Amino acid sequence: MATLQDLPQIKGVKNIPVEEFYGSGHRTCQGCESALVMRLMIKAAGQRTIVLGSTGCMYVANTTYYSTPWVVPWMHTQLGSAGSAATGTAAGLASMMRKGKMQDEPINVIAFCGDGGGVDMGLSALSAALQHDEYNLLIVCYDNESYANTDIQVSGSSPYGVNSTFSPPGKEIRLMNKRWKKNMAPMMAVGHPNMKYVATACASYGLDFNNKVRRALTTGGPTFIHCIDPCPKGWDYDPKYSHELGMLAIETGLWIQYEIIDGELTLNGPSRAIAKGIRKRKPVEEYLMRQGRFAHFLPEDIKMFQDKIEETWEKWWIPGLIPITPGQDD
Amino acid sequence: MATVASKSYAEPKEELISGSEAIGIACALADVDVITAYPIRPYDTVMQYVSKLKADGNFDFDFIVAESEHSQFEIVKHASAVGARTFTGSSGVGWFYAFEAITVTAGLRMPVVAMVGNRALDDPGAFGVEHNDALAVRDLGWHLYWVATAQEALDMALIAWKVAEDPRVLLPFALSCDGSFLTHSQAIVQVPSQEQVDKFLPPYKRGTLQLHPDNPITVAPQVNEDWLMEIRKQTDEAMRRTSSVIKEAYEEFREIFGRGDPSPFIEEYMCDDAEIILVGMGTLAMPTRVAVRRMREAGKKVGFLRIKFFRPFPAEEIQAVLGKAKGVAVIDRDYSYGSPSFGGVLFHELRSTLYNLDDRPMMLNFIAGLGGREVMVRDIDQMVETTQKAVDTGKIEQETTWVAVREQ
Repeated sequence: MATLQDLPQIKGVKNIPVEEFYGSGHRTCQGCESALVMRLMIKAAGQRTIVLGSTGCMYVANTTYYSTPWVVPWMHTQLGSAGSAATGTAAGLASMMRKGKMQDEPINVIAFCGDGGGVDMGLSALSAALQHDEYNLLIVCYDNESYANTDIQVSGSSPYGVNSTFSPPGKEIRLMNKRWKKNMAPMMAVGHPNMKYVATACASYGLDFNNKVRRALTTGGPTFIHCIDPCPKGWDYDPKYSHELGMLAIETGLWIQYEIIDGELTLNGPSRAIAKGIRKRKPVEEYLMRQGRFAHFLPEDIKMFQDKIEETWEKWWIPGLIPITPGQDD
Repeated sequence: MATVASKSYAEPKEELISGSEAIGIACALADVDVITAYPIRPYDTVMQYVSKLKADGNFDFDFIVAESEHSQFEIVKHASAVGARTFTGSSGVGWFYAFEAITVTAGLRMPVVAMVGNRALDDPGAFGVEHNDALAVRDLGWHLYWVATAQEALDMALIAWKVAEDPRVLLPFALSCDGSFLTHSQAIVQVPSQEQVDKFLPPYKRGTLQLHPDNPITVAPQVNEDWLMEIRKQTDEAMRRTSSVIKEAYEEFREIFGRGDPSPFIEEYMCDDAEIILVGMGTLAMPTRVAVRRMREAGKKVGFLRIKFFRPFPAEEIQAVLGKAKGVAVIDRDYSYGSPSFGGVLFHELRSTLYNLDDRPMMLNFIAGLGGREVMVRDIDQMVETTQKAVDTGKIEQETTWVAVREQ
């Protein structure tokens, strides 16, 4: 295994590097938080990085022939192939460096996928990639909770009851999507016990995300970060509220910010303050009712969400993964 | 379990090995960097072989046992993009499971070399050989070569990397090997020395196409209608260019290793003055040659043409041979349901090849040996007899015949 790059944690926003490796040229929507994920991700990783992008809006809207925004080497991979792309790239580099066919140096390998590519189609390839302790690679799942590139269709990571083009509210069936969002990051953490770093993140907390990317890349082995990305087009709200919605997802307790380093869980930001009782969770209605995709919800639907959140915070640190036990405070 | 032949390649030597093992040895001699495996019969014997080579410290490469064929092909595609020499393979429906990755490998011009252990497609399950698996990629930009012997498997694997990785070509290469008949049958193979191979096969250099921080390119951005036709045309031009690159590599191979047919594309067997020529691919060359030799001894003017490269399809060479015949009997170890003559893929390709000739032979199609059923000498005798009758009467009663199939 090649050695890792020296990427120290960034102390304060004033110390964030000014260099951009994701520049102009992309065609993402106004208020696109996933584009911000891309920009912050590569800013933290730096120039000696190869990025692999699986099909999704961060391919189609992002990377147009003759106007690529990527300053670092970038390559497309298939919808379900983020895991395989990262594995193949890392394996190719490792093999050639070991055999002296290429100069030996640490090169970051990052593959990204949307929720469709990662949580649905690419799950098995992603899981396989996370078993390869011999390769240093990071998979970033940018989750805008739908197949946002193809007209907003429901995915396995979409919220319960959501209005999408495959789950439109109708006269007979009001809620077409009866599936509860998958617990992706816990599933990755619990399923791959040798993996040293798993985190959740949100671009509304940019510095936190920068540092999570750096922690992943300096931990070594396969690592995984799951980002929640408000999407003006898919979630149906004014683009100027993207940031605010990201914050609300966390402040209501629906999305929990954490890192699992070597099996040790740490909550971050507002999630940590909520867990410690410093902050109160906002009602989930404040989050849901700001978005057109939930406009058809009745009070009972909102209550269902609220109950689920209560259950989460009363029983689990991480749903299905780490139960709350007396005496544990973070 | 694969047996591992002795591992010193200092001197050329003889080994008793299967077609799969021959390709495994070629991987070691070519110093492949990344190999991906997923189990399916019959191709996977090659992976058993290379994994043992690695375990015993005889061959240094990154070996990834993928979680599906799709990942197998995606992983080598990406390893190839950063400049690694790669090998993978599959069989039957496994090859189909990887189909998306297979098409983008050619679309991206990645010189991956793959072994297809030809196998019948499900359903119903059958282990034996059929050519429909490999043939399914015929339109996508892969080289498709049908191997007949273990020796040819080793030799063509070395040629495959040389041709595929040539900057004038950069297209993936599939070595089609008949399941069981080639993958599992052993034969004496001349294994070249490392020195000979190093002289023949240069290192893989992607140059300005290599994905690396020193060369920060963007690979495969979205092009839409603006550029797709130009990019498709480039791949078409690469496929047109590869014929001369193959010839060049083959000549060099013959010079360094001292073996090989006159042509890399086709093999003629007693075709010179033949009135009826049988055509086929892969291991059915063996019984067909025996049948032809016997018919010749009985005074019949019969020949056999083996098509080695299906892509690029050697149209001119085939025209030169078949254009002189009166009747052509095409043996397809495949099928194409609903095709113009309800025949096989090879048959239709050949008929299209000969269509513009002034003097066209009569053409008959025989579907034979599906699912690994053996093609017998007597079956071939019957094909020639049927074709002779058409030539004599000037009338084709039935374009396509299913050979040695039970009446229902």
